[in-house]
Amino acid sequence: MTTAKKSSLISIIGASSVGTMIEWYDFYIFGSLATIISTKFFPQENPTAAFLSTLATFAAGFVVRPFGALFFGRLGDLIGRKYTFMVTLVLMGGATFLIGCIPSYESIGFMAPVLVLLLRLLQGLALGGEYGGAATYVAEHAPNNQRGFMTSWIQTTATVGLFVSLLVIMGTRAALSVEDFERWGWRVPFWVSILMVLVSYLIRKNMHESPVFAKAKAEGKTSTNPLKESFGNKLNFKFVLLALFGAVMGQGVIWYTGQFYAMSFLEKTMNINKEQVDSLMFIALILGTPFFLVFGWLSDKIGRKWIMMAGMLIAIISYRPIYEKMYQTTLVGNKTEILGSSKTQAILKIEQNQQADSIFTTTKNYTDGTLYTEVKKVDLNTQLTSTKNTININKSDRNSLIWLVFVQVLFVTMVYGPIAAFLVEMFPTKIRYTSMSLPYHIGNGVFGGLLPAVATYLASNAKSNGDAQWYLEGLWYPIAVAAVCLVIGVIYINGKDKEITD
Amino acid sequence: MNLIKKLLGIIWLALGVAVGYFGITILGIPKLSSGKQDDFVFGAIICFILLPIVVGGLLVFGKYALQGEYDTANKGN
Repeated sequence: MTTAKKSSLISIIGASSVGTMIEWYDFYIFGSLATIISTKFFPQENPTAAFLSTLATFAAGFVVRPFGALFFGRLGDLIGRKYTFMVTLVLMGGATFLIGCIPSYESIGFMAPVLVLLLRLLQGLALGGEYGGAATYVAEHAPNNQRGFMTSWIQTTATVGLFVSLLVIMGTRAALSVEDFERWGWRVPFWVSILMVLVSYLIRKNMHESPVFAKAKAEGKTSTNPLKESFGNKLNFKFVLLALFGAVMGQGVIWYTGQFYAMSFLEKTMNINKEQVDSLMFIALILGTPFFLVFGWLSDKIGRKWIMMAGMLIAIISYRPIYEKMYQTTLVGNKTEILGSSKTQAILKIEQNQQADSIFTTTKNYTDGTLYTEVKKVDLNTQLTSTKNTININKSDRNSLIWLVFVQVLFVTMVYGPIAAFLVEMFPTKIRYTSMSLPYHIGNGVFGGLLPAVATYLASNAKSNGDAQWYLEGLWYPIAVAAVCLVIGVIYINGKDKEITD
Repeated sequence: MNLIKKLLGIIWLALGVAVGYFGITILGIPKLSSGKQDDFVFGAIICFILLPIVVGGLLVFGKYALQGEYDTANKGN
């Protein structure tokens, strides 16, 4: 490969990856700032506003993304990859910036939550269209023997976007007082998006259309109706189904388990201090991210299918032992309490000159440095009691948990690193954008997005039935979905075709 | 291998039916009737958007497998 071509490929990968990373950043900041957004736009005491809030949460993640995949996928196959994924970038950036500009519910009433909901839906649409465009664009530029490695840069963006969103939010919080952040500072991460989008837009603007698509267009071989050809034609639709059930649904649940379920398990099931959870997840994700590239590169050498299938198989076998080890690592029942260290402090909370709550805080110290805190709150008006336990873990337990989460992130990189190249190679040029985008967003949005609800249901059901290992029962969902996907993938997918110029 | 692919088609059809049944009775209806707004929205999304996609997809996939659509060495499979 000549130096000029290599440099051109680097700028293609850079421009595509940065744009996709920004889209993930935009998508995540809404979630990371959800608490403050709900107080500004969706007051819970107002049922309609709360309803709109719920719609904004679920609709953008589950429902709109596949529609974005269809809408922009069609455009990408009709007019080209470059213009389409520039539109998704501008749409996402514009929607994010505008969310940061909307006056609060206090100022403009119902228009505020309605506008936020609309803009959030636009974000979901844009995200649905971006990934397929970026992956197709990079893949159609890459040489056959480097396609896995080059598209794996796109695969890192979902994780890097999460880092950047956390960094910008943490930076803004650090630069402002608590009052200023809550008054207006929370808008800054939304405004920052427009600067990032502007830079990415200028870079993408000067890029050329994908050579494979440009050639197909010049020869008049593009599709006139990509949706009909993708999903109305059995010859292609069967591969859309195969991509979904034989690869993406397993990848979706493993991705969600490693990046989100692990975090929720540490925080809600193991009751570890939130700041400690954030920091250990952060480290595990940073350590794991380079492996997207490693497995993308490896997929060029030994094939995509078996790396993804191996990732699913190892995850299926090891999820329960990993989570059992995580749970036992910080369980205070396994630790020795320092005699006489237990202290209880009682305070009376007064709100608006009324006695509101009695709060009893009990702390216990353990010989290995673990600190256990139990806060019991008694509502003096209703006499209802609520208890919240928090564990501050020691350094050794923290390192063990970082390792255990890192292992799960490795599974994510095995299934997710090669998948863009895998999907691109599965479909012909004229309907590639449409055909690969839909299974990707259904697999991740639907199968992955359902994970928290189904896992919570399974765990709480097991707990109420007195199952001693109730905390592991939620894992049956990703295990079962990945197992079905593994069987379908191993038996039905050939995975030997690497030709993308058809 | 082709015979296994075809026979497994029956499993995917049965799985589609089972997912539909349990999805509606265990996840969908309890959420729709819980009285909580969050659950209602989520239940509606499960019953009217997610389950049709998953169940419909599995049924068509099973049907194709049973018909031998995945038998030949076509592009991609």
